[in-house]
Amino acid sequence: MARLIVALIAGSLFGSGLFLSGMTDTNKVQGWLDVFGNWDPTLAFVMGGAILPMAVAWQFTRMPRKPVTGGSFPAPLDTKLERNLVLGSVLFGIGWGLAGLCPGPAIASLSYAGPGGLVFLAAMLTGMWLAPMLRARLDRVAQPE
Amino acid sequence: MEMDWIMGLIGGMLIGLGGAAYLIGNGRIMGASGIIGGLVDGSGHSTAAERIVFLAGVLGLPILLTPLFGGVDTHITDNMLVLVVAGLFVGVGTRIANGCTSGHGVCGISRLSLRGMVATVFYILAGGLSVVLFRHILGVI
Repeated sequence: MARLIVALIAGSLFGSGLFLSGMTDTNKVQGWLDVFGNWDPTLAFVMGGAILPMAVAWQFTRMPRKPVTGGSFPAPLDTKLERNLVLGSVLFGIGWGLAGLCPGPAIASLSYAGPGGLVFLAAMLTGMWLAPMLRARLDRVAQPE
Repeated sequence: MEMDWIMGLIGGMLIGLGGAAYLIGNGRIMGASGIIGGLVDGSGHSTAAERIVFLAGVLGLPILLTPLFGGVDTHITDNMLVLVVAGLFVGVGTRIANGCTSGHGVCGISRLSLRGMVATVFYILAGGLSVVLFRHILGVI
């Protein structure tokens, strides 16, 4: 139960932050990416504002403590840079620029994005469903037997 | 314009506080694509309840805030083909890269993760090129 309460609080803060910051407005996201157009720096303020409390939280995990609801903190940093990290990020970036939406805002804006928001979400969920199969295929290409 | 930046900073801090609550409270990294994707492909089956509750908060708070602040216009395109292609790319890409703007961007950069920083550089570069191509060259968005 405690884990669910934490998840609800975290999701509520995330959702209200996405709403208030304007990150569910595709014009603001595409405006940030559009350096050759009317560039909008708002996204940098959002990123900076979000990184500050998170950096403090990461320091907390280095102390000899456990998460409040038990369990353990995430594994130490993975420093491996592989092809999928770059390839996936490039694919994500193309879609992000095209629609101006990433996964968080796609959920946060669902109540006011109209049919377009639902279409984007359905396509995104389909992509997420297909991804494990594509990743398995990519891995086979990487290591031919 | 400056008001937008201040709201961006305030909203960003709320996003970061959400990530901090999730990390310190449940020991988990707040990445939207991971939380959603784990439900879609079944990899997050054992934590399905907390994922659903988290997403209910993400969806629900904007509904509660809309009457107070007025609706945000999403300015989402009405070109359904663009939305389908973009959604597929975002879904596939974030899962293959194992993270998106929240997981790699906010949670990764804040712990000085090299993977998070590399991912963020590549999705911003690709996003910038995507806007140049589809807006300024092809004119579809």
